[in-house]
Amino acid sequence: MTTLAPVRRRRTPAPAAIADRSNGAKLFNRLCAVCVTLFALIWLVPLVWALITSLRSDGSITAKPTSPFAGGWSFHAYSYAWDNYPLGYWYLNSLVIATLAVLFTVTFCSMAGFALALLKFPGRNVVMALVVAGLMLPTEGLVLPQFIEYRSLHLLGTYWALVLPSVAAPVSVFVFHSFFQGIPTPLIEAARLDGASWWRIYRSVCLPISRPAVATVAILTFISSWNAFLWPLLVLSQTKSQTVPVGLASLVNPSNIQYAEVMASSVLGFLPLIAVFLVFQRQIVQGVATTGLK
Amino acid sequence: MTTIASERPAERPTSRVTLRTDRERAPRSDRRAGLLLSSPFLIIYLLFMIGPLLVGVVVSFFNTTTVKSGLGGWVGLANYRAVLEDSLFWSAMWHSVLFTLLTTPLLVVLALAFAVLASRIRRGTVFYRLAFFAPYVVPSSVVVLVFLWMYTPQVGLVPKLFSAVGLTSPDFIGSTSGGWTAVVLMTLWWTFGFNFVLYTAAIQDVPPEVYEAAAIDGASPWQQIRFLTVPLLGRTTSLVLILQILASLKVFDQIYLLLGGGPNQSTRPVIEYIYDTGFTSYRGGYGAAATMVYFVIIVAISAVWYGLRHRRTTVAERAAERPAPRAERRTS
Repeated sequence: MTTLAPVRRRRTPAPAAIADRSNGAKLFNRLCAVCVTLFALIWLVPLVWALITSLRSDGSITAKPTSPFAGGWSFHAYSYAWDNYPLGYWYLNSLVIATLAVLFTVTFCSMAGFALALLKFPGRNVVMALVVAGLMLPTEGLVLPQFIEYRSLHLLGTYWALVLPSVAAPVSVFVFHSFFQGIPTPLIEAARLDGASWWRIYRSVCLPISRPAVATVAILTFISSWNAFLWPLLVLSQTKSQTVPVGLASLVNPSNIQYAEVMASSVLGFLPLIAVFLVFQRQIVQGVATTGLK
Repeated sequence: MTTIASERPAERPTSRVTLRTDRERAPRSDRRAGLLLSSPFLIIYLLFMIGPLLVGVVVSFFNTTTVKSGLGGWVGLANYRAVLEDSLFWSAMWHSVLFTLLTTPLLVVLALAFAVLASRIRRGTVFYRLAFFAPYVVPSSVVVLVFLWMYTPQVGLVPKLFSAVGLTSPDFIGSTSGGWTAVVLMTLWWTFGFNFVLYTAAIQDVPPEVYEAAAIDGASPWQQIRFLTVPLLGRTTSLVLILQILASLKVFDQIYLLLGGGPNQSTRPVIEYIYDTGFTSYRGGYGAAATMVYFVIIVAISAVWYGLRHRRTTVAERAAERPAPRAERRTS
């Protein structure tokens, strides 16, 4: 909990805003506000436009493309999309894969991060070097040998093929490692003196106070595994076993004129993520800042 | 510097050393616990991250096909020779570089500009965060569906905007230059938020006293930005730059989905080239060799950047005769 306090402190007013009360600062800041707000509104246009289109009918879209109120609004496109594409299966697959990825990543990577941060064991430096080197590996480039390896292990087409790569991501170990290093040593020494085993210290002392790190890793793993495209495209080949992004990719076709239905599917594709984002936006932003500025 | 890492107490290193020596008395429990706790991750990591790397190296020397299992015949360096002589590989490589050249300046400069401007506003942080960062959590295929709709001739929003200001809109899907425009605009919208967040976090790390002192000295807001904020963000900029370059060189999703690498493979990036050779022509060994060439290029870029940054920090440290103010995570 001690770790949360400094975070809150840095959130309070933007440093620049306090400093200048003179020098025409007020006018300048107001100008900034107008500029940034305008830009932010432009940034929202694609999402809002997709939402509006999904609520219209194809006929009125073709007749009057830029007047959103022509032809009235309805949810017809949503029921059509739901009936015609196996969206339910895609959701279920994505959900199972992302949940398993989160569970395994948080468990295994926090254990490794704990060991690397607090324990001395043979090969520790080698493991640490491997983790750091792994941060540089562009995994996207490795899909071909990955595919060959997974095929020889008979993992293609299984959920494991999608869960394992996200567990193998060293970034998560890194987040836990730097968090566990920040835990005050007297706390751990006291637990050691009380006769607690290292497993016990990990379970009952360190893991409960590392909620911010758990949240960061969990959310970022969830989002990246939900959004993954190339690897699931290769691994899951049947329509019903696909994930949401791969399934929706089959609708990408420049000559598709079922605008409302396609946009309704897109909205169904982005709504869960926008919901996750709205609930966890603070942790997500902090997680990106943590893992990005490493 | 990271939010989590910066919360570490400053005196930690010394206390850690004493703990280490104390613990020397019971090293066996340490050793066993350390190995047991790190082994699940380590096994998966070695098998599924280092494993593919080794498989790739091995396969690149064989005439492997992706249709059936087995390595195929040994061909030595023939795959590498073929990759290096293949003009299609180099044009795909060039497309990835071109994409990087087109997107990186925009994504870095705009993110810096808007993060600086947004930092001067007190209210509405959540709103800006939502507007700029929410696109980043949307899956690539959804982004492509939405933008494809906006690019549609006659009925799409973008051609309407073009005609509203009296311009004829380019053929976004059918022509090479139009395709690049479409992909760059879409990527800008999609990934801008990531750099924006990195800059916003870095700006929050600047101590407010710096601005207070500047304001007392009579610096105008513009001067503060020009002479304080932007120079203080130098390290962040170099970091954002390299992260952006590495991310852009990995481009696949957008171009593959929106254009399919077309027209006439004139926009096909290198990852799609590898994908095509491996999964359309089934030339596994050849694709693995292409992967390794691409890999060497990426690692070389990271290494050069790391070397430059390392030298610059040591020079700066020597000049200041004290550690850099923002202690770096030792491992990066």
